[in-house]
Amino acid sequence: MKRIFLTAAGLFALLHSFSQKTQDSTGFKSRKLKIEEVNFISSYYRQDGNNAAVTGGIGSQKLTDIVNITDVKLVKYDRKLRKHSFDIEVGIDSYTSASSDQVDLKANSSASYKDNRYYPSVNWSVENETKGTGFGMGVSVSTEYDYFSLGGNVFFSKKNKNKNGEFTAKFQAYLDRLSLIAPEELRGIAGVENGGSAARNTLSGSLSWSQIINERLQLMFIADVVQQNGYLSLPFHRVYFNDASVHQEKLPGSRFKIPLGFRANYFLGDRFIIKTFYRFYTDDWGLTSHMVNIEVPVKITPFLSVSPFYRFYDQRAIKYFAPYQKHTAIDPYYTSNYDLSKFHSHFFGAGIRIVPPKGVFGLDRFNMLELRYGHYAKNTGMNSDIISLHLKFKKT
Amino acid sequence: MKQDTKKLSVFVIVCLIISFTGTSCTTVKEYQKNKLNDGEMVLGNRKVEKSELNFHAYREGASGANAGKTGGGCGCN
Repeated sequence: MKRIFLTAAGLFALLHSFSQKTQDSTGFKSRKLKIEEVNFISSYYRQDGNNAAVTGGIGSQKLTDIVNITDVKLVKYDRKLRKHSFDIEVGIDSYTSASSDQVDLKANSSASYKDNRYYPSVNWSVENETKGTGFGMGVSVSTEYDYFSLGGNVFFSKKNKNKNGEFTAKFQAYLDRLSLIAPEELRGIAGVENGGSAARNTLSGSLSWSQIINERLQLMFIADVVQQNGYLSLPFHRVYFNDASVHQEKLPGSRFKIPLGFRANYFLGDRFIIKTFYRFYTDDWGLTSHMVNIEVPVKITPFLSVSPFYRFYDQRAIKYFAPYQKHTAIDPYYTSNYDLSKFHSHFFGAGIRIVPPKGVFGLDRFNMLELRYGHYAKNTGMNSDIISLHLKFKKT
Repeated sequence: MKQDTKKLSVFVIVCLIISFTGTSCTTVKEYQKNKLNDGEMVLGNRKVEKSELNFHAYREGASGANAGKTGGGCGCN
């Protein structure tokens, strides 16, 4: 009897262990490299105006640009349970430009009328969720007809003891080369840069502090310091002096910039979020600017939100700017690029964001769809429109 | 006069910053962060805004302090 009982007990224990459910995986972190999400971003941009720098501050600024970006994020955990993230991004811009077509005033159309820009980048970061520290680095390349850029960045972040505040320090460098292509009628003239290429280097440091104030409010302060050296003009920009003579744009070989930013996001009630961003900018070319941006996402349902936004920008001209035929021969530096002139602008529009729990259109991994439109207008007459679409795919 | 206006603007901005940060910060636990963790509460630009940041950098003299380009990487300002 005792043997039967013990045998039955043993069989029961064996069966129970095989019929045991898979261990609860909550808290389990895979050490395999896995795709966490894939993003597709597409934009269509069009602009128009009458102050093209290629034609000395007058002429069409018509331009269209189609942007396509694919971004893949991979994640894995190491033996110390630190989270490693790899971001691989590839972007392509296909643009046409009426003003670039005027590099050669006599040609019906030139190679610069349209171009593609390719810009892949890879970023890696590691986060220690226990200690609240993060570190990362990345490289990027950008190439188009007359411009090549090689970029690198490194960052470090640390949260404070209660994980409500975070400090981040970031350093970026861009080593660029631009092809020296002068306006056609100026080629061969002494002093005009044409042929070959020139270097343009940019080093920047960024410090930021983000702070949770309470359950609804968080803030961020950002301060950048940027130093640029090298060929900072664009060789195909014309400048007409007051004696009607035409010259190649000439700007100093260095530029020091300080942008300062402040963000505040507040969750009002259960449906409204108020997002604000203010940036002050100054540099040693005499340009100062203020930018204010406000966006108010409204949650129609927990999975559908509409976000109207408005951005105001105001800048003072650089010391070296003057309109068409206003520069003189005694000016050491000169440009008629209206992007560096005194102006203010308005940018407004709205976006819609859909994040249904069972996936967009019922497709499980189609996590999010976001569509956004904006209209931009400068008081100088330049205006543009942009529409962007973001599709996110993620394992649920 | 312009200098006075500029100084006043800076002073007002600094006061606003101090008043925000001077507000007593409560420690918010992870389980209390459901509103802060909302996807639209991120302190930064979203991916859908990437192209907008680029065209602003091309069409304006200022850039930076927004985790985007601070200069370089393009034939922009």
